[in-house]
Amino acid sequence: MSEFVSFKIDGKQCMGRAGEYITEAAERNSIYIPTLCNYKDTAPKASCRVCTVKVNGRVMTSCTTPLQEGMEIENETAEIQDIRSGIIELLFAEGNHLCPSCEKSGSCELQALGYRFRMMVPRFPYLFPVREIDASHPRLIKDHNRCILCKRCVRVMKDEKGRSFFAFYKRGAKLEITVAPELADKITDEVAQKAMDVCPTGALLRKRQGWDVPVGKRLFDMKPIGSEFEQVK
Amino acid sequence: MSSVVSGVLQEYGNDAGRLMDILLDIQAENGYISDEDITGIATGLDMSTADVEQTVSFYHFFARKPMAKYNVYLNNSAIAVLMGREKIAEAFERESGCKFGEVSEDGMISLDDCADIGMADQEPAALINGLVFPNLTGFRVKELVRDMRKGVSVDELRAHGLGDGMNNSQYMKATVNNNIRKKGAVIFSEYQAGSALDKVKTDRMSPEQLIELVKQSGLRGRGGAGFPTAMKWDFCRKAKGEKKYIFCNADEGEPGTFKDRVILTERPRLIFDGMALAGYAVGAHKGILYVRYEYMYMKEYLESILTEMRNEGALGKKVNGIDGFDFEIRIQYGAGAYVCGEESALIESAEGKRGEPRDRPPFPVEKGYRGMPTVINNVETLCSVAKLVTNGVEWFKSLGTGQSTGTKLLSISGDVKYPGVYEVEWGFSINDILEMSGGDPAAVQAVQVGGPSGSCVGPNEFERTISYEDLSTGGSMMVIGEQHDLLQDVVLNFTEFFIDESCGSCSTCRALAVMYKKTLEKVLSGGGRRKDIDAMLSWAPIGKASRCGLGQTAMNPICTSIKNFRYLYEGHIKNANEQYEGGFDIAKAVADSCEVVGRRPNL
Repeated sequence: MSEFVSFKIDGKQCMGRAGEYITEAAERNSIYIPTLCNYKDTAPKASCRVCTVKVNGRVMTSCTTPLQEGMEIENETAEIQDIRSGIIELLFAEGNHLCPSCEKSGSCELQALGYRFRMMVPRFPYLFPVREIDASHPRLIKDHNRCILCKRCVRVMKDEKGRSFFAFYKRGAKLEITVAPELADKITDEVAQKAMDVCPTGALLRKRQGWDVPVGKRLFDMKPIGSEFEQVK
Repeated sequence: MSSVVSGVLQEYGNDAGRLMDILLDIQAENGYISDEDITGIATGLDMSTADVEQTVSFYHFFARKPMAKYNVYLNNSAIAVLMGREKIAEAFERESGCKFGEVSEDGMISLDDCADIGMADQEPAALINGLVFPNLTGFRVKELVRDMRKGVSVDELRAHGLGDGMNNSQYMKATVNNNIRKKGAVIFSEYQAGSALDKVKTDRMSPEQLIELVKQSGLRGRGGAGFPTAMKWDFCRKAKGEKKYIFCNADEGEPGTFKDRVILTERPRLIFDGMALAGYAVGAHKGILYVRYEYMYMKEYLESILTEMRNEGALGKKVNGIDGFDFEIRIQYGAGAYVCGEESALIESAEGKRGEPRDRPPFPVEKGYRGMPTVINNVETLCSVAKLVTNGVEWFKSLGTGQSTGTKLLSISGDVKYPGVYEVEWGFSINDILEMSGGDPAAVQAVQVGGPSGSCVGPNEFERTISYEDLSTGGSMMVIGEQHDLLQDVVLNFTEFFIDESCGSCSTCRALAVMYKKTLEKVLSGGGRRKDIDAMLSWAPIGKASRCGLGQTAMNPICTSIKNFRYLYEGHIKNANEQYEGGFDIAKAVADSCEVVGRRPNL
């Protein structure tokens, strides 16, 4: 229905549909723009800012910016890559991300991006916040240490009436995810598994179910993040 | 569900979009919002309790626990600190017998901090049960606490000395002073209520002609960004939508800004007429005035003006007798969140949600309040429209400079003899401002132009002009005397302000501001290195990737002060040639283990 438009990413001529988000258009042109908060079939929120690009010289998030004819997009310039790796480093330094003991290691998108950006030590001081693990729910563990507040669970996980299982609580540096207590009983194993899959890190885990995929055979162990789009090149 | 909750829900037609009003009303009735209230609201609005809680917990002034009989929120902004806030805080603690963050043993008094409350010209100031008590002294605190202990009502507490102008009126009875130091031609000159709309009617001006008139005037938004007003209106007029809305942004939260407080007090009709004009121009029938919580003391007064207008036919059907133009205005209060001054966050808040800014596009003029085309204008902008319609374009253009027409209200505070509101034509220098307000240029260390999100400017730049062409500003001018510790009292305070007020949605704002604070503290404590100063400058582009102005400017206090006052930072660097990391204090790190084994660190 929508018209085809031409645009450029880092000088490469691309084609896409007018109005689709830049991230989608890039993928179909075999170009990967990293994202952490974006999730398939869900309205974008641009809370992680990792997909930051420059569009016609202006800093924008590619997950929320609709494609227009003639856009000149800067994706892998030194400036943009430094902002992105800065953001990844911020997220590592802000929380407590201890990969070796994390159930999601190998399937974690934050970890995978850390590798992609060849992060060694964050440029920022580690904050080492003291955060509680909430294991009070029958089928779900919430580990705030690993939460990057991408809001995926808030946006995706709704009950049949459209009520949110998860929500933000407080703001700024005190921001965290809460579980609606009256809906906790409705979190079945399936819902818990979905929440775990939706979460880009190991902040939401299904209870009594761990390490069923051995390390070495996990999602990003075989294929680095983004390679499904890039290898088509 | 309690009868209060069900009554309030019914009043707002069980509309989740009015959650802010629902919560404000319940809190006004019960003093706080209980678990039971949250469950009741969730049931009534068909939401989960977590959904309700995420709005409640976002705002500083919603209380989830029973409060004391008197709740003192003492402003901790930089200006308050410069004006002696710490002594007042000590006096409150001494007299009440409790610390900040606590409730006194008898349950009578609670003490808490809050961010700038729009009283920078009369600090130190506090909110007590939502009402403003400015110009606090140690003696006044003693009196207040004594009277609170006696159970004197808050209304009686403030009867002590009412302010000037309409602050004195029966609907307001506020102890606040206007401090209008200079009246200019646009905002504070006389205005005959309704005359702007009379002009539209007698001249048979079409909406398009009105927009053209505003375009000719060169009027730009007065909130700070300076977007051409006519262009905004034109976009909204042409946008498709079954309804359109006009918002007046009176959520002035930029520390050091208080001019909207004075306009709301002295020229409310100018604002409301301006809103009606905007409604006429874009084809909107509904206007919403979003006012910050700190100005709750004006609520009855502002409502009384709207009632008057309805009675006069200046609101409602056929406004001012203009055929086909119906317009209504309602007042929306906030609940303590600086970020809601950002226009898309303001819309979210008015829709009953967390004040998280939206991604653009779409812009509010295409998809704003409740998904409809919406114009959001600053208080001062709308007043300027009403005046330029009444007095004509040529008159308006004769004021100011080429690209900056009209006048600007300045909120001047800090180390000057005459803090207050000044209406001046665009194109003045910082030196002019100091002269006007009785600041001693020889004793001024810095002027913070445009609030914490603006620039910290030193004497070598005092000749720069304030205009859209050079230094643009929303009007906050904080004068910092040489006797103060600029980095500790001002720059660190501003950085903490941004941390407290970040909505937390963007990683780049939520976490980066904390990193800035940590690093500044490291430098101030003597553990910093030169590379820390340069690192802070190099982080700025990461913050600029934030969604809204808060995150994009949260590094400004530090980065602009490094640029203009680098010697202050360098002064804290003990050994200029040292390269290794200096933030690690090994004696502190081993203190616990030394205590356990009973040894003294031998370092």
